[in-house]
Amino acid sequence: MVDLPARGRGLATVATRRPLVAVTAVVGGVMALHLVWMLLVADSVQFARLGTLLWDGLMRGLVIGLAGIGLSMTYSILNFANFAHGDYITSGAFVGWGVTYLIAGFGTANWGDLLLVGAAGDVYGPQLGIGITASPVAILVGLVIAALAAVGIALLVDRVVYRSMRDAGGIPLLIASVGVAFALRYLVAFVYTQSNRGTTSASGVPQWSVPMIDGTLGVTGHDLTLLVSSVGLMLGVHVLLQRTKLGKAMRAMADNKQLALVTGIPTERVVRWTWIIGGGLTGAAGYLLVLWRGTLTFQFGWLLLLLIFAAVILGGIGSVYGAIFGGIIIGLTMSLSQLWIPTDFARAAAFAIMILILLVRPEGLFAGRTTA
Amino acid sequence: MSGETGSGWGNDVVKIVVTFAVMYAVYFVLGLIAGLPLQGIFATVVQLTLLIALYAMLTLALNLHWGYAGLFNIGIVGFMAVGAYTMLIISKPPASASAAAVIGGFGLPFSVGVVGAVVATALVGFVVALPALRLRADYLAITTIAFAEIIRFTFQSGTFSEFDLFGTTVGTGGGRGLLVNFEDPITTYVLDSGAFAAAVDWIEAATIGGNLQPVMDTAVVATVLMAVVAGYYWLFRRTGESPFGRVLKAINEDEDVARALGKDTSRFKVKSFMLGCALMGLAGAFYAMYFLGSVNPTAFKPQFTFFVWVALIIGGAGSNTGSVLGAAIFVGVLLRGPLFVKNVIETFVDIGSAPPTIIDAVAALGTLDVTPVIAYTFENISLFRIIALGVVLVWLMKRRPSGLLGHRKETAAAIPLGRLRPVGDAEPAADGGGSE
Amino acid sequence: MSAADDVPGAETAVGGDGSAPLRVEGLEKHFGGITAVDGATFDVERGSLTGLIGPNGAGKSTTFDLVTGFHRPDAGSVRFEGEDITGRRPHEIADRGLVRTFQIARELGEMTVLENMMLAPGDQRGEQLWRSVLPGFRGAVRDQEGELLERCWEMLEFFEIDHLAEEYAKNLSGGQRKLLEMARVLMTDPTLVLLDEPLAGVNPTLEEKLLDHVHELREEGYTFLLVEHDMSVILENCKHVIVMHQGRVLAEGTPAEIKSDERVLDAYLGEAI
Repeated sequence: MVDLPARGRGLATVATRRPLVAVTAVVGGVMALHLVWMLLVADSVQFARLGTLLWDGLMRGLVIGLAGIGLSMTYSILNFANFAHGDYITSGAFVGWGVTYLIAGFGTANWGDLLLVGAAGDVYGPQLGIGITASPVAILVGLVIAALAAVGIALLVDRVVYRSMRDAGGIPLLIASVGVAFALRYLVAFVYTQSNRGTTSASGVPQWSVPMIDGTLGVTGHDLTLLVSSVGLMLGVHVLLQRTKLGKAMRAMADNKQLALVTGIPTERVVRWTWIIGGGLTGAAGYLLVLWRGTLTFQFGWLLLLLIFAAVILGGIGSVYGAIFGGIIIGLTMSLSQLWIPTDFARAAAFAIMILILLVRPEGLFAGRTTA
Repeated sequence: MSGETGSGWGNDVVKIVVTFAVMYAVYFVLGLIAGLPLQGIFATVVQLTLLIALYAMLTLALNLHWGYAGLFNIGIVGFMAVGAYTMLIISKPPASASAAAVIGGFGLPFSVGVVGAVVATALVGFVVALPALRLRADYLAITTIAFAEIIRFTFQSGTFSEFDLFGTTVGTGGGRGLLVNFEDPITTYVLDSGAFAAAVDWIEAATIGGNLQPVMDTAVVATVLMAVVAGYYWLFRRTGESPFGRVLKAINEDEDVARALGKDTSRFKVKSFMLGCALMGLAGAFYAMYFLGSVNPTAFKPQFTFFVWVALIIGGAGSNTGSVLGAAIFVGVLLRGPLFVKNVIETFVDIGSAPPTIIDAVAALGTLDVTPVIAYTFENISLFRIIALGVVLVWLMKRRPSGLLGHRKETAAAIPLGRLRPVGDAEPAADGGGSE
Repeated sequence: MSAADDVPGAETAVGGDGSAPLRVEGLEKHFGGITAVDGATFDVERGSLTGLIGPNGAGKSTTFDLVTGFHRPDAGSVRFEGEDITGRRPHEIADRGLVRTFQIARELGEMTVLENMMLAPGDQRGEQLWRSVLPGFRGAVRDQEGELLERCWEMLEFFEIDHLAEEYAKNLSGGQRKLLEMARVLMTDPTLVLLDEPLAGVNPTLEEKLLDHVHELREEGYTFLLVEHDMSVILENCKHVIVMHQGRVLAEGTPAEIKSDERVLDAYLGEAI
């Protein structure tokens, strides 16, 4: 009811839509021109490098987007920022990769060591020859298990922690989720140890060199696995939300929980499915990221969390397409920013965009479109 | 103090002293039962006090942000880092030709470095506050942590590792960080003095003997830092018990009402954010000086922020006394307690070495042998602690979100708010303030 | 209580020159496709109890928000004490002496009644952080706190809620909250008070008491603009009545004039008067 007028006269911050578009267009235009100049005139950037950055950014963005869908859904349906989301990614990935190791290395090493993803330090992913063509079954099963594990954890945590706090308000839930985050993260460290593992072997995955104008772009089978899986999963979510009754109920609840309750939508059921779908996507995203990067540590989900928040905020909380779009933008930002600023600050660029959006259009780009 | 709000400054100080006394007593008793050497127990307790002092400073500052002004700050470590690095850049000895790999500073006195830390962190707080002002709590949380990360990148980046400023070569040291290669004032003026050495000799002779110098050194530092905590407490208490604090509380609850009554809420929020940040930066400077031998970005882990929040929630957000108590209990029971208990248990029972993986440990349970699991846990006690902390925080938010003293409202006024002219009595009789 | 109608000069006790502290002209506000206020123009005379009525959706609350800075008007101007305050921020407007109460009483529940009251006055030295903290300066803050405390007690006694002074505001009954809301806003020592449906949900005894207080305050020189849904209250108490309809000022005049104005009757057709 009460909204504030734009912040005083003479200050640059604005809250209307058109200036944002104008400024973005101007800045974007300038940067695009500069890029073209660097490519063609100054020759300080190779097309191959640009291609690599774009491809890299897209991959990263898809993972962030996939994980972001879950975060966006829980944020809008359960009304709190789930700071444990990153650690769902991690836990799902660890469980999934334990299974992958188990299948890939079956018989060659102690099952316990395999399941713990080489915790004892005598089992190595590259040694097991894990790769999409070398051990497709192991990877596929691992992916599914990762998703299921994340779902299980999400449901368990909801049952134990959040269910009795449904009406507690966004901040108590947020703080509780921070507790969950740390408990989960360090449980993973406790069980799986803190070591940083290499998970795949280069020999297990096909690689191609795509010719670019002045060099080549390296594409691996894992890149394609990531691409296909994430797009497939996103399409699946789209179909679910648009074509099924459950999807409709979820969209209604994201809009107005009170009203949904009144009209008889079984909210606890919707909440459960939110965690299932969100958790599943999240676990899959975690698994795929590890597959793509080839490394696994207990902090990786947490390190990703802020970027996922950035993507979700950019796209608009509650919007699945927004999460995907936001993820890709964040991924591309992190990559392309390296053309202008030192690599150390690539993430800072993504955060800067998030902060900008929060100031200028906090509801995000896809606002008003809710869970669709 | 008699002129202050009568809500029991004295009362609260008693609470704090009693809590410390009880905790120390428990440590001593446990230690003595376990047969740990007295000197060792004393050292443990002194270290405990030192750590409590640091956490108390941070918790009190966070209490101003969250408990009073309702500003959700999870970028605490970032502000600590700003304070630490600023102090070091100002106070480190200048780069010398002989130690080419060591990045130098301006070589100014520690006191100047500390002032610089406070000012720099206040300025950074201002920069963070500007965009963050209009954001609701959860967005503010995300923004503060984003800023903390940006601060971390900045200090880690090679770009600022070394640069020239005002004719001197200084820097952040990038990934390697900065060495704390100069002496702190307490050491210079107290610990190295003849008088102190004599005092330590006397104590050694009079009591338990042995080499008490290191323990006494730390004890002096701990005492000084606790005095700083007292200063923080005094400052925040006065800030809260004043018209300024009153407006903060109002903003926290309903910002529109404060605006409708003519208060420029943005100004209050920025000021309180800056003040809290400045004092977090000061704590960061002390952290660098008295806890670390060198400072690099990994010394400022995100879990630090989380720890301070646990301490605040335990003590109860909104209560300054609660913040100190929360810090004490957090450090004594949750952070250091497990380590101490582990030591105590190990004097009684030989736990043996830890199995290589948890599966091995759990498998042993099948034969009812709990020792491997315990051994494994002890081996990874620092990880286990944090799991326990996460559980504690969740439990607190579910069952007792106002912590120990959060329900207690510390009256936001500079004088006791009581009836001035009770019926039939010409004498003004100021009752106590509105707490409890 | 028909104090207003029959006693000539009773309500312009102070500032009898009839100047208007508040002049609103051509105010407009659109929300998306909806026009909430469509060219509202009126004056509020000094020392008056002016009523603002209109059917639901007439734009009364939005007008309040526009005048007090909680929304920015798309067009039009607001002049207070001769100064153009259009689009200024809420705290700047309140600081100048134009204050409002809220339709749903917004007491600060986690603070005591006294704290609520002590919050309100402007120009508090202690609101400057350094004055409250630094040793030499806190004494002056304490002195001022003492003065404010006395004024608070007086105001609480005037509204007869002094027995609740040390209660937490959230423990007050609905009617008591309304009293607190009014008492609190008066502590700002305002020139003009906009009362946003202060009598909604209030029992008749309390209603009478509240109106008595308002009249008493008016005689001390305060000016009130009162929005009430209950027409009879307005018509019985206010010398001047403004009727809004569909975002515009439909009619203005004395209660007698308004009562017999056909346009007003038409606008309220279907609404219980």
